Amino acid sequence: MEYFIQQLVNGITLGSIYGLIAIGYTMVYGIIGMINFAHGDIFMIGAFVALISFIIFGLTGVALPIILLLVLLIAMLFTACYGWTVEKLAYKPLRGSFRLAPLISALGMSIVLQNYVQVAQGARVKPMQPLITGGLEFFKNSEFVVTVSYLQIFIVILTIILMGIFTYLITKTDLGRAQRACEQDRTMTALLGINVDRTISITFIIGSSLASVAGMMFVLYYGVIDFYIGFLAGIKAFTAAVLGGIGSLPGAMLGGLLIGLIETFWAGYVSLEYKDVAAFSVLIVVLIFFPTGFLGKPDIEKV
Amino acid sequence: MEKRDIIQSFKDSLFTGLIALALFGPIVGLRTASKGEGLFITPQWGIVFLLVGLCIFGRFLINLNSARKTELTFFSKFTSKFSAITEDKAKHFAITAILFAVVFPFLPFTDRYFMDVAIMILTYIMLGWGLNIVVGLAGLLDLGYVAFYAVGAYSYALIATTFGWSFWICLPLAGVFAAFFGILLGFPVLRLRGDYLAIVTLGFGEIIRIILINWYEVTNGPDGITGIPRPSFFGIPFKRSPDEGETSFHIFFGLEYSTMHRIIFLYYLILVLALITNYFTLKIRKLPVGRAWEALREDEIACKSLGVNPTNTKLTAFAIGAMFGGFAGSFFATRQAFISPESFTFIESAIIVAIVVLGGMGSQTGVVLASIFLIGITEMFRDLEQYRMIAFGGAMVLIMVFKPKGILANRKPTILMHGDKK
Repeated sequence: MEYFIQQLVNGITLGSIYGLIAIGYTMVYGIIGMINFAHGDIFMIGAFVALISFIIFGLTGVALPIILLLVLLIAMLFTACYGWTVEKLAYKPLRGSFRLAPLISALGMSIVLQNYVQVAQGARVKPMQPLITGGLEFFKNSEFVVTVSYLQIFIVILTIILMGIFTYLITKTDLGRAQRACEQDRTMTALLGINVDRTISITFIIGSSLASVAGMMFVLYYGVIDFYIGFLAGIKAFTAAVLGGIGSLPGAMLGGLLIGLIETFWAGYVSLEYKDVAAFSVLIVVLIFFPTGFLGKPDIEKV
Repeated sequence: MEKRDIIQSFKDSLFTGLIALALFGPIVGLRTASKGEGLFITPQWGIVFLLVGLCIFGRFLINLNSARKTELTFFSKFTSKFSAITEDKAKHFAITAILFAVVFPFLPFTDRYFMDVAIMILTYIMLGWGLNIVVGLAGLLDLGYVAFYAVGAYSYALIATTFGWSFWICLPLAGVFAAFFGILLGFPVLRLRGDYLAIVTLGFGEIIRIILINWYEVTNGPDGITGIPRPSFFGIPFKRSPDEGETSFHIFFGLEYSTMHRIIFLYYLILVLALITNYFTLKIRKLPVGRAWEALREDEIACKSLGVNPTNTKLTAFAIGAMFGGFAGSFFATRQAFISPESFTFIESAIIVAIVVLGGMGSQTGVVLASIFLIGITEMFRDLEQYRMIAFGGAMVLIMVFKPKGILANRKPTILMHGDKK
């Protein structure tokens, strides 16, 4: 039982990270109907920017909460630039082209980003000393002590705050309305005087910022990153987006949590080596049995 | 050009520079390196300013000439002219290419290195042709093609090392195994739409690789399988000193012993395998099943209405494509005599897909050109190993942006009503 609770806590933490990345996939898919294959690598870039800023601020000796806030903002800003540029260079010229073209272009972009970081930052893994240490212990009298670290609490609370802001942005503001309108009918939205290109750019910026926060969490949580983390994390987050129903924002968060839980429980109870297989198998099973995910809208094919 | 325009484009270039600074500043400018315990930062501002300067300058030039447009028309004119030539003289072109491929090993400048590169290019051409059945003809984007390549290589290696059967028995078996895996994967997932299918096949490719790494008892894990038997010339081995009661290739033909014999044999082997793949594809395109593939690619709903079973039709394409991947895999295993999961990463799938798509989906000649271009160029820039993949990914993006249908866009239907040409 205690072991189960521990896995649950770990799963929720991991799920928060996946959920934040999954939002980027689901938003882009909703608005322009393509799988942004490079999104996982945007997440990786966010992790690198966060790592670099942590090292710089670590030297200055500022108080920890201020460092966390500053790193968060810096990572969001710089990573958003990457998201924006990738969209401008690789996807915008292909709007209205045949269906597989943006996917191939995204694949190329993903290869470029991965190898660019490998060249610029070196291929070796980058370790970082833990910044947030300590935690709460439960069930001290039993055999297995459940530990909820402060870091895990920080990750979950930060995710909840971001999700709150994000939900407000999408449901209540003009920007969110414009975005939802573009999702439904881009031509009509343009006729009504909304700058569609700008809305799409902003979608990429928001998605990349959320991915960079996930990147920062990843650095803090695992303490080790390399240029290759984006591939697996990206695939799993995409699985999460599909599981929740692609195009649906609450679905992305729910899917993220589920994938995080499935992965940790699989690693905890079944086998550690095959934990990635679990995520991929879930993806295949979900796509076969609920192609629209849990909260997605059914997709009607028209002639 | 008016003065206002110049000021405008100058401002625009400065903005580009600002963005470039934000992009390259942290990632390129602050290189992290571990020294003892923990990480330290080595600033590299010189490179950043160089890159930012290049971006500003490039953007300014583009703005001044609006070079993008002229470049675009130049590029598409060139490629369309080229595809027109290759189409008109398709037969001559093919015959010349095959003749060249046949005499290639005996040309005076051909040495061991050239032969190795040629064998590699031919392997990719074969993989490209195999995948072209799936992607080009049936229109199914398969990002996990390397899985079938791996299944072929491992089944060849396992059969050959455990039972000691000859290459000519193992080769078809490997193909059958790969096709079997194709059906196994394809059956549940082929109902999915294009991009979902791409991701699922990618996942499948990764699953196969993870299993190869972790199933230690059978695959020997990350260490791979060594000592895979080399192919023999129809039972005559290529050995310097043959075992008792055996003759060797050079003794049988009364030649001086040379390691090149085996390499030339491997070259012809892959050439023949690739040509079989091509011949098969060209023939099957004209059969009902090939027609059904192309029809499905163009319009799935129309096909369903006309009574074509989409799942079965796609499944045949998937299985046949997988079979050729399996053949190529067993060739790879016998050439290397050593295989490990390292050789079957996602990047291999990406390269094969890139070859098919960049060549122009469905075009057999395009696959050849794209393989020579991509593999040849990356081989030439071997010394710049690090930048190779950046250039590769960049080429994928650029070709898609400027020529979304590939170098030789040959999506013309193979049959037209009333036989009209245009």
